[in-house]
Amino acid sequence: MNVFTLSWRYLWSRPMATVLNLLLLALGLASMAFVLIARDQVDRAFERDLAGIDLVVGAKGSPMQLILAGVFHLDVPPGNIALADVQQLQQHPQVAQLIPLSLGDNLEGFRIVGTTEAYPAHYGARFAQGALWQAPMQAVLGTQVAARTGLRLGQAFVGAHGLGTGGAVHAEAAYTITGVLEPCGCVLDRLVLTATESVWKVHDDMHATEDMDEEDRAALAADREVTLALITYRTPLAAVSFPRFINDSTAMQAAAPAVEITRLLSMVGVGTRVFQGLGAVLLAVAALSVFIALWSAVRERRGDLAMLRMLGASPLRVGTLLLCEALWLAVLACVLGLLAAHGLVALLGDLLMAEQSLAITGWQWVRTEVWVPVLALGVALLAAGLPAFSAYRLDVMQLLNSR
Amino acid sequence: MIQAQGVAFAYAGGQVLRFHDVAVEQGGTVLLRGPSGSGKSTWLALAAGLLTPTAGVLQVADQDVAMLSRSARDDWRARTVGFLPQKLHLSEALTVADNLALAFFAAGLPVDNTAIAQGLAALGVGDLATRKPVHLSGGQAQRVALARALLLRPRVVLADEPTASLDDDACATALQRLQRSAQACGATLVVATHDARVLQALPQAQVLAFDATAREVTV
Repeated sequence: MNVFTLSWRYLWSRPMATVLNLLLLALGLASMAFVLIARDQVDRAFERDLAGIDLVVGAKGSPMQLILAGVFHLDVPPGNIALADVQQLQQHPQVAQLIPLSLGDNLEGFRIVGTTEAYPAHYGARFAQGALWQAPMQAVLGTQVAARTGLRLGQAFVGAHGLGTGGAVHAEAAYTITGVLEPCGCVLDRLVLTATESVWKVHDDMHATEDMDEEDRAALAADREVTLALITYRTPLAAVSFPRFINDSTAMQAAAPAVEITRLLSMVGVGTRVFQGLGAVLLAVAALSVFIALWSAVRERRGDLAMLRMLGASPLRVGTLLLCEALWLAVLACVLGLLAAHGLVALLGDLLMAEQSLAITGWQWVRTEVWVPVLALGVALLAAGLPAFSAYRLDVMQLLNSR
Repeated sequence: MIQAQGVAFAYAGGQVLRFHDVAVEQGGTVLLRGPSGSGKSTWLALAAGLLTPTAGVLQVADQDVAMLSRSARDDWRARTVGFLPQKLHLSEALTVADNLALAFFAAGLPVDNTAIAQGLAALGVGDLATRKPVHLSGGQAQRVALARALLLRPRVVLADEPTASLDDDACATALQRLQRSAQACGATLVVATHDARVLQALPQAQVLAFDATAREVTV
């Protein structure tokens, strides 16, 4: 028997109070940890999707909407831009890479994105099966799309009009699956990729009639549009002048993801602060409750503790016994709290995945989580300080005088 | 042995207790007799090294306890003194065996389960090791508490009003058991009591009287 086993037994000699204190403490810690983990995961998800994209160019409208639609595929795009304008941008000396994206259709809610091979290459995508498209009307599925739809290599599917489920089906224009991507934890997981020409072809067919002549087709080709373009600068200095050049002298809009995401996170920040405040209140309540439990434990066990002194235990040993009880509470609450927080983030991840939103996982260790045990220990020691001191200062004479 | 010479203790309020001198051979028995509040508990606390005499010399098991440092006194008490309080203070959170293990814990020694089993068996409560104190009768609980007091083979056993709640038969049995057990480990037995029956049951015991003459109030 040592101070740990003994304090453990004392702890569980009052199971009801212990469980309640444990839950209170764990809840407080869980809400704190949840904010830390969720925030970290969202930041990471944003960072992964943003990797190397300096600017998004699209139709005029809300810059945040353009970023959410173009980079994270969470919102609808503000409109389309002319292909000719985009091709001109590609020639601009400050542009190192330009990836055009054409949106418009979906497969069971997953967006079908018309683009070039530069898009999967930008995220370092690797193929689980098959390979990239070689011709229009061939498609590559993200890992989540393949898993959810059950579609396999070589199978055909048709897209539905619009970016949400329930649009009109392009029954006459079927895609053939040429590849399935490996999971990358980025936006590609929940996209269907195809050549830009495929998107044009589907929509041309929708509008074209049998009797369209060559001249009409040529006119159609001249009016080609894409939805937006992802741009990587040749030099960081471009950030100073390039966006202004687009916003002022073209019909397009330029939005810098870094700026918009910082704005978005600062808006979300209010919510996380409220959540953290709630966690702090819970922790304060838990500290008070642990204090009351230990204080009454010292009062109830005054005789037992005095008996320990009589048996030769030093005051320090008796005080440590009380501290150890609080320590056990802290350790257990810490484990429970962290498990709950990770579980909750995992649940949130599942919900987001079901909504085809950001890819986040609850089962990843976040460095800032080291503060959770520190917090737990701090709260427990704060609550146990006075009771332990009172056990330390116990008057053994009371034992001799108790009748 | 226990030897007290000119021992006095002054309370913080200014009240001074002066005690009669006493010398008891190792293995002997001494009765602290007197009414409640006459200073018996204070004498026990002095003998256990929980209080320090303000005058005189009190040697317990050949040790002048006042000469020891605080922490050395705790160690000394763990190894030298067995204590049987009136209220037994068996912890309800622990089993009977674990209550005995507390003695090892308090002394900072590794738990010796064989010694615990033997100690309980010697007092006829070997089969109660896994029970919680709440399930013990009064007599069983007292035997368990005695087993705990004797577990580390102390040289002095201090018993505080051990017969307070016992009828005449039980009183005689308990005292014989107490004396026999103390003798078995060669310990000096000190019994603080206001119970007249104790003197009859322990006729050979030396008596240290606590009365008005032992008590001197100087404010």
